[in-house]
Amino acid sequence: MQRLVALPFSKSVEIAYKSIRVRFFRSLITTTSLVLAVAFLCYVQVTTDIANGLLHGTVPGSIDALVGAGYDVAPGSVSIGETAKQQWLVVLSLLVCVVGIVNAQLMAVTERFREIGTMKCLGALDRFILRLFMLEAIMQGFVGSLVGALVGLLAALLSQTLMIGPIIFSSLPIGTLLLTAVKGIGTGCLLSLIGVTYPAITAARMEPVEAMRAE
Amino acid sequence: MEQHAIVRTTDVKKSFKLGKHTLEVLKGISLTITTGRYISIMGPSGSGKSTLFNMIGGLDKPTSGKVFIDEVDIAQLDAYELAWLRCRKIGYIFQTFNLIPVMTALENVTLPMTFGGTGSDEAVERGMELLRLVGLDDRYTHKPSELSGGQQQRVAVARALANSPSIVLADEPTGNLDLNTGEEIITLLKKMSVDRGVTIISATHDFKMLNVSDEVIWIRDGLIDKIEQRDELNISVGNIG
Ligand SMILES: Nc1ncnc2c1ncn2[C@@H]1O[C@H](COP(=O)(O)OP(=O)(O)O)[C@@H](O)[C@H]1O
Ligand SMILES: [Mg+2]
Repeated sequence: MQRLVALPFSKSVEIAYKSIRVRFFRSLITTTSLVLAVAFLCYVQVTTDIANGLLHGTVPGSIDALVGAGYDVAPGSVSIGETAKQQWLVVLSLLVCVVGIVNAQLMAVTERFREIGTMKCLGALDRFILRLFMLEAIMQGFVGSLVGALVGLLAALLSQTLMIGPIIFSSLPIGTLLLTAVKGIGTGCLLSLIGVTYPAITAARMEPVEAMRAE
Repeated sequence: MEQHAIVRTTDVKKSFKLGKHTLEVLKGISLTITTGRYISIMGPSGSGKSTLFNMIGGLDKPTSGKVFIDEVDIAQLDAYELAWLRCRKIGYIFQTFNLIPVMTALENVTLPMTFGGTGSDEAVERGMELLRLVGLDDRYTHKPSELSGGQQQRVAVARALANSPSIVLADEPTGNLDLNTGEEIITLLKKMSVDRGVTIISATHDFKMLNVSDEVIWIRDGLIDKIEQRDELNISVGNIG
């Protein structure tokens, strides 16, 4: 007889999904800082993408509109970059976001000590627990960053329309914008994973009695 | 059937470090439990029942001494074997029920089957059967928060039996229940022991347990005070009643 306990991947996904759904508001709290950080990241990048779209476009009046909106377009420049200040702010916001997630996840995991201990009594291995938390984090990360990316994208379109004018829609770099959104979502999932790793490892390693005694 | 020692402990001691002090909770427990019996571990609160429960269940390690399940020293098991033991050999019942709050009654019962490698369809079928056995098949979609204490404990009994374990360990299974509900759970456990030949080991200070026990191990201050068989018991129960 094979003496191995198992948790099929599909079952893990199912459990993780249900767990998020049932704890919707707890998940919302964990995800909020992520939504904001990804929204900000996408906002900054999409703003620049739009400006670059105009710069590279052939629509007459583009350069004037850019200069009019305050962009520093030297004759013959090939691209507009984010300012150092913007980049610094983005990095900072992502850092704050990770700290926020770790904090929220530590609380969320602590609330579930008894559940973790019980699962271990039923035969769960450390890595089942770890996998469940990781999957939850990826799902939350994906949904959160998707929302964040959309918010950032729309905010950037709106603000550039106000700043530069409707001319931006004449040479909107759709492909680049999509790529930016996808990168933003990827970054969000990654941050969410990084944020849950420490709490999840701590929880998974606990002895069942320890976990069940902790309140 | 020959008398087979399903659980055996030899001079099990357990102490906890509390700052500079060491609190010795179990001071040398040696006992042998044979298959298929209903055993009660009786003792006042704080006498070390739960601590012994954790040792026998492989949930915690003794400071010294050995615990054998089916004549296997569980200290020698690696993480995988230990998980397998908890999953297939032993069913646990707790005073506080400890159902997974986000799962339905049926999902709670089928979770150990999933860990044990049972396919989804079979798990659902067997899970429903077990819920029927404890009289809760009509509540299978309910979450623990939608069930009463007694009902939660019955789900926990069904869950403990999920993988047809040889041992069911129960720590104060009636501790959080009122008199009647507690009695129902005791009857249910006794029925499981008789019908399925499961060895039931229950830590308790509930004297209602005495009526159904084949053997009672009295614990006092981390030591075995006395061990009484069923026939000897009737006399002392009379005294208590
Ligand atoms: N993890 C622990 N750390 C320190 N003391 C403990 C721990 N677990 C149990 N004890 C102590 O051991 C004694 C016996 O506890 P327990 O086994 O829970 O008794 P019972 O279940 O018989 O009421 C109690 O005095 C309790 O405070
Ligand atoms: Mg106790």
